[in-house]
Amino acid sequence: MNSAATKISTRGLNVFYGDKQALFDVNLDLRRNQVTALIGPSGCGKSTFIRCINRMNDVIEGCRVRGKVILDEEDIYCDDIDVVQLRARVGMVFQKPNPFPKSVYDNVAYGARIHGLADTPGELDEIVMTSLERAGLLDEVRDRLSDPGTGLSGGQQQRLCIARAIAVSPEVILMDEPCSSLDPIASARIEELIGELSENYTIVIVTHSMQQAARVSQRAAFFHLGAVVEEGETSRIFTDPSDERTRDYITGRFG
Amino acid sequence: MIVLTALLLLLVVTLAFETGRRRAVTLAVDTPRSLHSRPVYHGAFVALCGGLPALFVLLVWLIAHAAVVEQLVLAQLPEALRGQQPERVALFLAEARGIASGHFENQRAAPELVAAAADFLRFSTFSLRLLPVVVLLVALAGFMASLPRCTPALRAQRRVEKILRALLAACSGVAVLVTIGIVLSLVFEAFQFFLRVPISEFLLGTHWSPQTAIRADQVGSSGAFGAVPVFAGTLLITAIAVLVAAPVGLYSAIYLSEYARARLRAVVKPALEVLAGVPTVVYGFFAALTVGPTLRTLGEQLNLSVASESALAAGLVMGVMIIPFVSSLSDDVIRAVPQSLREGSLGLGATPSETIRRVVLPAALPGIVGALLLAVSRAIGETMIVVMAAGLAANLTANPLEAVTTVTVQIVTLLTGDQEFDSAKTLAAFALGLLLFLVTLLLNVIALSVVRRYREQYD
Amino acid sequence: MTEPRAADARPNTLRRTRAGKQSLARRYAAERRFRSYGLLAIGFALLSLALLLGSIIHRGLPAFIHHEVRLELHFDPVLLGIERATAPEAFAFADCEALLRASLQSFFPEARERRARRELFALLSAGAGFELCATLAAQPALLGSRGARSLPLSSDADRYFKGEVNAALPESERRLSDRQLAWLDALAAAGRIERRFAMRFFTGGDSREPELAGVLGALVGSFWTLLVTLLLSFPVGVAAAVYLEEFAPKGRLIDLVEVNINNLAAVPSIVFGLLGLAVFLNFFGLPRSVPLVGGMVLALMTLPTVIIASRSALLAVPPSIREAALGVGASPLQVVMHHVLPLALPGILTGAIIGMARALGETAPLLMIGMVAFIVDIPGGPLEPASALPVQVFLWADSPERAFEARTSAAILLLLTFLVAMNLTAVLLRSRFERRY
Repeated sequence: MNSAATKISTRGLNVFYGDKQALFDVNLDLRRNQVTALIGPSGCGKSTFIRCINRMNDVIEGCRVRGKVILDEEDIYCDDIDVVQLRARVGMVFQKPNPFPKSVYDNVAYGARIHGLADTPGELDEIVMTSLERAGLLDEVRDRLSDPGTGLSGGQQQRLCIARAIAVSPEVILMDEPCSSLDPIASARIEELIGELSENYTIVIVTHSMQQAARVSQRAAFFHLGAVVEEGETSRIFTDPSDERTRDYITGRFG
Repeated sequence: MIVLTALLLLLVVTLAFETGRRRAVTLAVDTPRSLHSRPVYHGAFVALCGGLPALFVLLVWLIAHAAVVEQLVLAQLPEALRGQQPERVALFLAEARGIASGHFENQRAAPELVAAAADFLRFSTFSLRLLPVVVLLVALAGFMASLPRCTPALRAQRRVEKILRALLAACSGVAVLVTIGIVLSLVFEAFQFFLRVPISEFLLGTHWSPQTAIRADQVGSSGAFGAVPVFAGTLLITAIAVLVAAPVGLYSAIYLSEYARARLRAVVKPALEVLAGVPTVVYGFFAALTVGPTLRTLGEQLNLSVASESALAAGLVMGVMIIPFVSSLSDDVIRAVPQSLREGSLGLGATPSETIRRVVLPAALPGIVGALLLAVSRAIGETMIVVMAAGLAANLTANPLEAVTTVTVQIVTLLTGDQEFDSAKTLAAFALGLLLFLVTLLLNVIALSVVRRYREQYD
Repeated sequence: MTEPRAADARPNTLRRTRAGKQSLARRYAAERRFRSYGLLAIGFALLSLALLLGSIIHRGLPAFIHHEVRLELHFDPVLLGIERATAPEAFAFADCEALLRASLQSFFPEARERRARRELFALLSAGAGFELCATLAAQPALLGSRGARSLPLSSDADRYFKGEVNAALPESERRLSDRQLAWLDALAAAGRIERRFAMRFFTGGDSREPELAGVLGALVGSFWTLLVTLLLSFPVGVAAAVYLEEFAPKGRLIDLVEVNINNLAAVPSIVFGLLGLAVFLNFFGLPRSVPLVGGMVLALMTLPTVIIASRSALLAVPPSIREAALGVGASPLQVVMHHVLPLALPGILTGAIIGMARALGETAPLLMIGMVAFIVDIPGGPLEPASALPVQVFLWADSPERAFEARTSAAILLLLTFLVAMNLTAVLLRSRFERRY
């Protein structure tokens, strides 16, 4: 595998919640500027895996991570790694839209403000507007920038969260089932957005929907019982899976 | 006699229960399945039919006993005595009651007093002797009326449950009665006060010196009832307390809920609960004997004149008292902020403190404001600390090193010790009490509704 | 709108702008500061607690020790002034003080003039004579005998032996004169001074003399008060909670009752005292200063606590249990009595104990209904004038005599011991019977 094309790779990743092991020896390479979909039945460790990539598991008490997660040739679980910097480089969009109880503008400006990305109010405006536009939300909220973000519809909220994430100019965006609480039309809008964003960002998306994975991703990895069963190009995985469990899952025999 | 009556009633009720149960058993002996309800319920039905009215009579009797006896004694008094001013008559009756109960010597008392005391004793004894007879008669009447109704067709269970349910409902009405009682008694006494002292003088006057003369005809008997200095003192001490408790309580809650490991929490939380469980009289002692003198010594070294009963000492200790209050309420509120908001912020690369200050606290703000309002209401109503560590004289000052007085201190000073009940001095205490009740009620209503609305937001 | 910035055109660091460059160090400094504020706040709270408890323990422990003096006594009927008495009842009029005076005088014959004698006799507690007479009345055979007896020293002398009197101060600034100190030293040198556990503190009622003052009266007063409180607030509170949680029709009226209960829980305790004064004392004419009225006032005060705790305990019983019982044909009342209440009982009891602990520590409402009187006798029932433990603390704290400071702290320690015991019981009850459904 071409190392220049690899953005993130994990080596021997094991995760424990207290006594329970959630991930077993995961080795996975995620490619630069591509969309990788993580699929598999619920409770198989997809979300745990994605939360390892920006160390969101640190927040959970009793969670231990063993092994390496390498981002651009740096192990992010090294002691001298700064999680704040890491999370600014690896943004995240959550399962349920979680806008802050602030205005639309302040939601997007939040990351830029805390990281000091703008020196003047003009620059901040520019960052907010650009991010909203790239998240495809600007036209809908142009007149409502000072309204609370929690007042938007579910799909708009999720796009607001995406805008909030890209306002920090991350390199990687992690998406943990971003459409699971949205209606099909809002989901389609997000999927479209993911396609546009993949030109500039490395995107990892956890999804339950096979169709979604097939539509948005270039590569896919199938998780089962905390381990990666199969990984490869999405088109191949869906048409010609090499593992029987993957085939069973894709054809709907379990999951 | 009262205890005896209660015991007798209990005995009779038990007997009635047995009789009712047996009757049901006998009725059912031929046709065991014909009873609508089980025999126990027949027994309970009979017992309740007699016992409840009897208990009611007993309670009413006890409540009315004192007043009725007094009226009877009054009726026996000579015309000359009865025609006097109401206060004199009341005093006379009180003395007579004292002699009757053996608290005062009766050798040197006036003959009318001795006679009235004898009347007291006579009527009181008669009333207490009559009590068990009447109560038992009522109980028996109830039993007699209900026993024949114990037929197999009687829906005893439903009736018993209906009665018990009504009793339960009555119990929950007690809480409402308490509120009504508070409001009525405070309003009634405060109204009497405002008949003597205009409400505008009370609320706006700046001179408070309620030490009125004992006899009505003495000079300067009116006193001065401008309560502004008292309110100012209360506000000053409350402000100091909140200035201590708000940052300490809030930062403790933040640290405990967001940073602390389980082990630190396991130590600090119980310690805060101990702080909350210490009786206020203990805080008062601490303020008066440790904090006050320490501040005074400290002031001397800094060339400041610190009153030994300074507002600062009382306020500081009161602040310590409400720390656990603020911290536990804020802790609840902070924990109620959904984890997803924290993750959203952390996921953008915010540090924990940025997350707390910019996302968690703004989201929790209404709840925290509610918690602080409850703490303020606590501080305003707190009594023992200020009674023991704050001053008595009403100074209108904003200097925390001077002694000030508070509403609760004045209530206690005005009402402890012996005095006529309806003097302007004692009535003033009720006016202050009414104000205290209204202000704390307002704060509580606002705070509780804010907190509830906040909870609903994240449920 | 500007062109979208290409992600990969930028270097892989966060330091993209001038502000960004400076900010990270600053942000971490802010983070450390914020954390340290939290730690400081917790430290302040813990320090306050330590100071509070420490100062009270430090002040209170000496009160559990009292110094006594062992005196040679001759129970001389002539000296006692009862040489003609026959019945032991007459001992009540015996002049036991004279006995003590004679004994002290023989020890220090040099104290002749009036002032010196008064200072000498002031070394003994004012209650020493009474105690001696009580002993004599109990053992009439002692009359005429000789023997040594231990008798309490006055509180000032006691404080001298506890090292609380600064002998270096000028004589006019301390309560014991040079002469008295010399006598005390002489008694100590003669081996006449004994350190004893201050039993009187636990067996005595209130007294004007610190060395005689005890907490038993207040303790018994608190007992009767709490008994009345418990008997009133527990059944009414539980019944109200059962009604509100299990039977009440949902509606505006019940909402009002709920709001009312929640607010009642936050009403200042002194307002309940005013209620008790206006209603129980002035309207119903119940006697002042008695535990019955105190208990009634505290019952009204704890009622909301009991109701709220009981309701949350009832709420914690899962509906499936109610449905199961209803399913086998139990009436709603039977469901509650047979199934819900027993399951909720530990929670209800926990709430009741915590409410009782609050009532035990409450002072202000008792002041309003006159339970602040100076009462020497130990109350024999809820209708006799009494004080209560926290009120006793308040009364003693108010006393100008220094020796009462230690008594006050000791009474506080006792009060805290009871509170800790009650709260521990509540915690144990909760952990022992807590069910996870």
